[in-house]
Amino acid sequence: MPDSQPKRSQAASQAAQPFEPRVVAFLCNWCTYLAADLAGTSRMKYAPNVRVVRVMCSGRVDPQFVLDAFAHGADGVLIGGCHPGDCHYQEGNYKALRRCRLLKCMLRQMGIEEDRLRLEWISASEAERFRWVMNDMVERLRTLGPFRLRYPEDIVEEVTR
Amino acid sequence: MAEKPKVAFYGCASCGGCEETVLDLGEALLDVAAAVEVVFWPVAFDFKRNDVEAAADGAILATFVNGAIRTTEQAEMAHLLRRKSRLLVACGACSHLGGIPGLANLFDRKSILESIYCESPSTINQKGVLPGGQSRDNGRSVELPRFYQTVYTLDQVVDVDYYVPGCPPTPKILHSALRTLLGGELPPKGTVLAPDQALCEECPRRDSKPENLSLNQFKRLPEVLIDEDQCLLGQGVLCLGPATRAGCEALCIQGNMPCTGCCGPTSRVRDQGAKILAALAALVAGKEAAEIDHTLATIPDPAGSFYRYSLPCCLLWRKTTRDSQTR
Repeated sequence: MPDSQPKRSQAASQAAQPFEPRVVAFLCNWCTYLAADLAGTSRMKYAPNVRVVRVMCSGRVDPQFVLDAFAHGADGVLIGGCHPGDCHYQEGNYKALRRCRLLKCMLRQMGIEEDRLRLEWISASEAERFRWVMNDMVERLRTLGPFRLRYPEDIVEEVTR
Repeated sequence: MAEKPKVAFYGCASCGGCEETVLDLGEALLDVAAAVEVVFWPVAFDFKRNDVEAAADGAILATFVNGAIRTTEQAEMAHLLRRKSRLLVACGACSHLGGIPGLANLFDRKSILESIYCESPSTINQKGVLPGGQSRDNGRSVELPRFYQTVYTLDQVVDVDYYVPGCPPTPKILHSALRTLLGGELPPKGTVLAPDQALCEECPRRDSKPENLSLNQFKRLPEVLIDEDQCLLGQGVLCLGPATRAGCEALCIQGNMPCTGCCGPTSRVRDQGAKILAALAALVAGKEAAEIDHTLATIPDPAGSFYRYSLPCCLLWRKTTRDSQTR
């Protein structure tokens, strides 16, 4: 529906520049977000391609958020949660895991490569791991190339008059 | 006597079930017929496109369009009817959400046409002729409508005022929609003319829905002997009731069939498939990826099951292919 449609001009203006993957990261407030924070305060260097969205729990990440990120031009989506057994709300990370597994099956059917969605358990002290995950993900996305949502071309060319 | 309000019905990519619903109004159809003048309804009356073109802009009070937009002709008709009507109503799942024809968005035009016109076992088409474009015979030429790559909902093509959900809408939904539209006090534009709550709310098995559910398997219908009083999800059957709009009075469930989601999402949900995915995945037992995958393997076609009627209005619209990415 109209408000869910991404801006086309964004993609067009990008074409001229070399590809830099855009990663949207939904990070749990209690672990991965703090790890990202620690990586920052520790002055670790890692790929600057991430856009962080803080959520209270990885279980809060609605699959609609993930699809919306892809629809708005993300090349990859990272969900960061607490290690199994460590969820601040007891079970949220298991819910995230279940949703992520099913979402991956569905994304495969929709033609979206497996590596574009990633779920990682990163505790508040694992800044080094956060750095590694970000670098690894960006590298893989670079190999995959940009994700271009197939905008229904007929709408642009013919239907909307 | 004042002139009766003019009403039109038209079908695009659809099966005809929505037209059937109009007849299924039964005796109420007589009241409707007495209250309005039908000026265009290709299925039932002999009015032509010329008649619609001859009418003044905005002359029709309400046009009910069923069916998704699949070809150039359907898009043209949608634009024409939009111009001639004060209210344009998307009637039925196909024009509301894309419907069953919308599942074609998992494929592209080329593979669909080739599979039907060249590869299907009963077809002999050595020249590989595909429909579309100009056709000449005896000095006359005909131009066939072009087939789009993508199936669209009506509101992706033209401005739509109201939606009547369902596949097909039940006579009760359609009747109450007609009464609302003819009654004068119009709801806000964009309203889906059915209750804005999940189907579970009006399900007769609602009380048997378990508080906590942990499933090791989603069962397909032949695999389970359904208890007629118990919640279908509770029995492990894939039922989309939690993420589907009410209004149908759970007709399928009353017939021991799970909800497949034809009434679309409620107003608080943008993407029905993603929402039901979230709801169902949370019910899966297990804390290890392998165990979870084992359970999820019992949903063999997630996209087809969760977007059975709504793939064109998924946030991703359609399957993305490699060649589209290099475009």
